[in-house]
Amino acid sequence: MYLVSEATAPVELIGLHKSFGQNHVLGGVDLTLKHGEATAIVGPNGAGKTTLIKCLLGLTHPDDGVIRIGGREVDDDVSYRSAIGYMPQHPDFPDNLSTREIIDLLQQLRGNEHVDLSLQRLMELDREMDKPVRALSGGTRQKLSAVLAFMFKPPILVLDEPTAGLDPIASSALKDHIMAEKKRGATMILTSHVMSDLEELSDRVVFLLDGIIRFDGSLQDIRQRTGESKLERAIAQMLRGEAA
Amino acid sequence: MKVTQSNNLWTIVRYQLNNALRSRWVLFHGLLYFVLAEGLLVLTGSSDKSLLSMVNVVLLLTPLISLMFGTIHLYNERSFILLMLTQPIKRRLLFTALFVGLAAPLAGTFALGMAVPFAIHVKITGATLERLLLLIGSGALLTLIFTALAFLIAVRQTDRIRGVGVALIVWLAFAVVYDGLILVVVSTFAAYPVEKPLLALMMGNPIDLARIIIMMSFDAGALMGYTGAVFTRFFGSIVGTGIAFTAMAIWTIVPYRFAGRAFRKQDF
Repeated sequence: MYLVSEATAPVELIGLHKSFGQNHVLGGVDLTLKHGEATAIVGPNGAGKTTLIKCLLGLTHPDDGVIRIGGREVDDDVSYRSAIGYMPQHPDFPDNLSTREIIDLLQQLRGNEHVDLSLQRLMELDREMDKPVRALSGGTRQKLSAVLAFMFKPPILVLDEPTAGLDPIASSALKDHIMAEKKRGATMILTSHVMSDLEELSDRVVFLLDGIIRFDGSLQDIRQRTGESKLERAIAQMLRGEAA
Repeated sequence: MKVTQSNNLWTIVRYQLNNALRSRWVLFHGLLYFVLAEGLLVLTGSSDKSLLSMVNVVLLLTPLISLMFGTIHLYNERSFILLMLTQPIKRRLLFTALFVGLAAPLAGTFALGMAVPFAIHVKITGATLERLLLLIGSGALLTLIFTALAFLIAVRQTDRIRGVGVALIVWLAFAVVYDGLILVVVSTFAAYPVEKPLLALMMGNPIDLARIIIMMSFDAGALMGYTGAVFTRFFGSIVGTGIAFTAMAIWTIVPYRFAGRAFRKQDF
């Protein structure tokens, strides 16, 4: 696996710019993440959250700027991706493969690394292992997506709406797992529309608007700044403040 | 590292093949050619007549099916592509695997669907075998070429409906419009020696190239039409076949390379 040592920042983004045609989605984002810290990226729709995440994963190529994973600049070498677990916003898989086959596929691609499938049991995915993906509900696909993101115990986790569509049992199991991985030292990037989830899981909030970071601080900071105790209200107030 | 990457290529291709074989379309694709060839053999009772009729079917159908399946497949596999791209897998390798994972079952089921009825009904000997193999070979090459073109369309045009529309237009252009244009050129410049420019024009259409390859094996001058006759006169049968096959190989590689490059630069 790609090594992310304790001595360097797991993720560093420096001066990240990205435009789609006339639309400047990221306007110079600087962000350094720490080990064992969960950062929530919040902002209105179209603020650039997903583009930021996709740049980090190499799905989108930034126009300008540097991305360092574990202190090494990301280039054509794709090995850094073995350090990142990713839950996409809309997980979908080849229709005819079964849950088990998809897990096997990733395991084979990683050279049969040791895998942790505890999440699979906790989220009660065991019964669905031999069903083809097309027979799975949206929530079950989300469970599979969670298992895939966590199974290699990566040092960095990118979770785009991780609890969307999950039943309460699976959602709690996943959140417990996220907390445990964080304790182990994993670095997390989270987005969610469920503010209580962000409140529960994250240590730091990055507020993104029009592709620029407008606020970067702890949950405590954001509450103090806005005078609101609930994150949802605090963010809503920041949005109104920025709009005014 | 190199070993791991090629292992990964094989792993992804195998999963794609499993996926393709389990979905019904691969079976239907093979069955389509089986039914057509079987029907013609039963109706005509002659292997050469059936082969000649199959030529037109193959020249029209393999490009159409490859273009449609190729574009739709790439759109459908978007989520699989996203999953793979978040793994430590090079885009170049993923692109190759996607191409092989579609083109191989398409070409394979086409070849099987064509070959089985002939194997059942006819005692295949020298000339018939050669013609059958040339037909299957050029049909398979057309499948590769138009799958590559389909990938190029799907990578450049991320809107699914537009992509399929462009694929249909490309098919019409190569299968119908192009020959019409050649006819216009020939009749307009009837008073001039147009053989050489015509040869160049024929290189521009893989369907024409496939037609030439097959028709030359039938020794059917009248059926080859003007362009085919010109081609044989210039190159002779064997050299002509070699040149046509080479041109088809180039027709596979060039769109494939362009599509691969666009895929590597694509934002998902």
